[in-house]
Amino acid sequence: MADFLQLLIAGLATGAIYALAAIGFTLLWQTSQTINFAQGEFVMLPAFFALVAMHWFGLPFWLSALIAIGCAVILLGLVFKLVIVDPLIRQGVLPLVISTIAVGLLLKDGAKEAYSAEAHRFPSIFPDRLVDVLGVKISLAQLGVLAVALAAIAALQWFLAATSTGRQMQATAQNPGVARILGVRVERMVMLTFVLNAALAAVASLLISPIYLVKFSNGETLGLAAFVAAIVGGFNQVRGAIAGGLLVGVIDNLAGAYSGLIGVSSSYRQAVPLALLVLVILFRPQGLLGRREERSV
Amino acid sequence: MRSGLAWAAVAVAVLALALAPLGLGRYDVYILTLWLVTAVAALGVNLIVGYAGQETLAQAAFLGIGAYTSALLAKAGVPFGLAFFAAGGISFAIGLAIGFPALRVQKHYLAFVTLAFSVFVWLVIRNEEWLTGGVMGLKDIERPSLFGASLRPHRLFFWFVLAIAAALTFAMWWLVRSPWGRAFTALRENPVRAESLGVNVRRYTLLAFAIGSAYGGFAGALYAPLVEFIDPAPFALGPSLLFLLMVVVGGSGSFAGPFVGAAVAVLLPEWLRFAESYYLLIYAALVILMMAFCPTGLVGLAGRLWSLRRRPARMAEDEGARALGEAKP
Repeated sequence: MADFLQLLIAGLATGAIYALAAIGFTLLWQTSQTINFAQGEFVMLPAFFALVAMHWFGLPFWLSALIAIGCAVILLGLVFKLVIVDPLIRQGVLPLVISTIAVGLLLKDGAKEAYSAEAHRFPSIFPDRLVDVLGVKISLAQLGVLAVALAAIAALQWFLAATSTGRQMQATAQNPGVARILGVRVERMVMLTFVLNAALAAVASLLISPIYLVKFSNGETLGLAAFVAAIVGGFNQVRGAIAGGLLVGVIDNLAGAYSGLIGVSSSYRQAVPLALLVLVILFRPQGLLGRREERSV
Repeated sequence: MRSGLAWAAVAVAVLALALAPLGLGRYDVYILTLWLVTAVAALGVNLIVGYAGQETLAQAAFLGIGAYTSALLAKAGVPFGLAFFAAGGISFAIGLAIGFPALRVQKHYLAFVTLAFSVFVWLVIRNEEWLTGGVMGLKDIERPSLFGASLRPHRLFFWFVLAIAAALTFAMWWLVRSPWGRAFTALRENPVRAESLGVNVRRYTLLAFAIGSAYGGFAGALYAPLVEFIDPAPFALGPSLLFLLMVVVGGSGSFAGPFVGAAVAVLLPEWLRFAESYYLLIYAALVILMMAFCPTGLVGLAGRLWSLRRRPARMAEDEGARALGEAKP
């Protein structure tokens, strides 16, 4: 039971990080029809920015982390929107989808060529100490990660629901035409979504890197986790992405530990979230918290 | 008249290809064969992407399924013909099985399901060592023999692959020209309208995906005896993404597109040898530029240049604008 609780907390911690990546992915999909296949690379890259700031310029960790978030907002938010998405959305959805796949390749190989192909350690924000809570040993680092990720999610939810800008963003996501008539500056809201996505990805990157190490090929796993989380939760809902992320994280961790019990080799751990994806698509295609979407002619 | 000219052009191209190995060295013939195999798999992607308007991120996985199926059957002593059709058949069946749930939902779900499937196939190939040899791969895959003569010599094997690729290409040509194929085009242009005209969108899209995947399996059955050694690497997610990119670079929805795209994907790494590891970076950047300025791919670009030459400049501009307009969904 104590083991189970430890696994559950570890799972919630990674799951909350997946949720951050999935929320950004969902927001982009809703507000600008951008299905970002480079989302995994967006989470992989900011840690490299931090490594560059620390090891090439000798800056302290806290400053490097802030620089990483800043670089992510500029490059993965503003530049991505202006240089890639804006010219390509005019050509249609397929060219844009293809281009995000190409952007993913570009970032992945760019990180490999510019920095290195090896996995790098990444400093943790929180001390890696175990604390005893009612007889259960819990990692302080995991609790910290969970707290930061949940705080980011709560702040985002508050921003979307309680501020004027946030509500304008939601309006843009739901119906850009009507939003424009009502005086919402749709273009600005879409841009804000890209900036938010980049910031969330950067936070996810800084949180996940001490756990997964920093490696150029991490985007594949992280991207898949984000896609699965978004679809499992129901991609037309931000809270769907949150629930999906937590669920994928927990299932992933439990599968790693208990795979023997259900008769699956631990080398198939990666396949468990995929099985979850298939089950959801088969039995609840709109996602666990999603609504069905109507089509128009 | 026009179609007569097109047939003559095709005949000349096939003849030139058939004669090409006579003047080429061993490695060049290998590259040319690899191009044909890649083009067969790309033909399948083009059916899925260019005609049915879906996205597949699993063609390399189907290539792997075909390659391992044919290699394992060949090792068990099954004749190549049977192994070849088994490779295609299994890929077709798996295509149906994963396409069915994915296509029930909405447009981009097939992309995510095939993405997940790619990862899963790679896990199976890597982990099931008793069957696939794991990361060590399968060695000494024999090339088939025809009428008692071994196709081991590289030129003979090239001609063998050329004949099969030509047959598969013809089958695909027939498919997209048939009423059945016209229905694909209808549903790519406007799925809801196509449905109201009596096209069963789900069934057509599903069959397009399964047939396209079967072409991946067929290509795999040719790939294994070509390289004579297979391991998990060429069947991972990365190569699947490259298959999608190459078809779009060549020109998705145009019949020649996959051949042009496969040529770029197979030959560019050879030409860009000096750039070595930067090859993928250059390729990815080219793809983005291509999508931004000419989403109809190289074939579309060639068509635009051709009409520029033949018509007054103003008309050509209109033509270009029309082509761009058509690319929109």
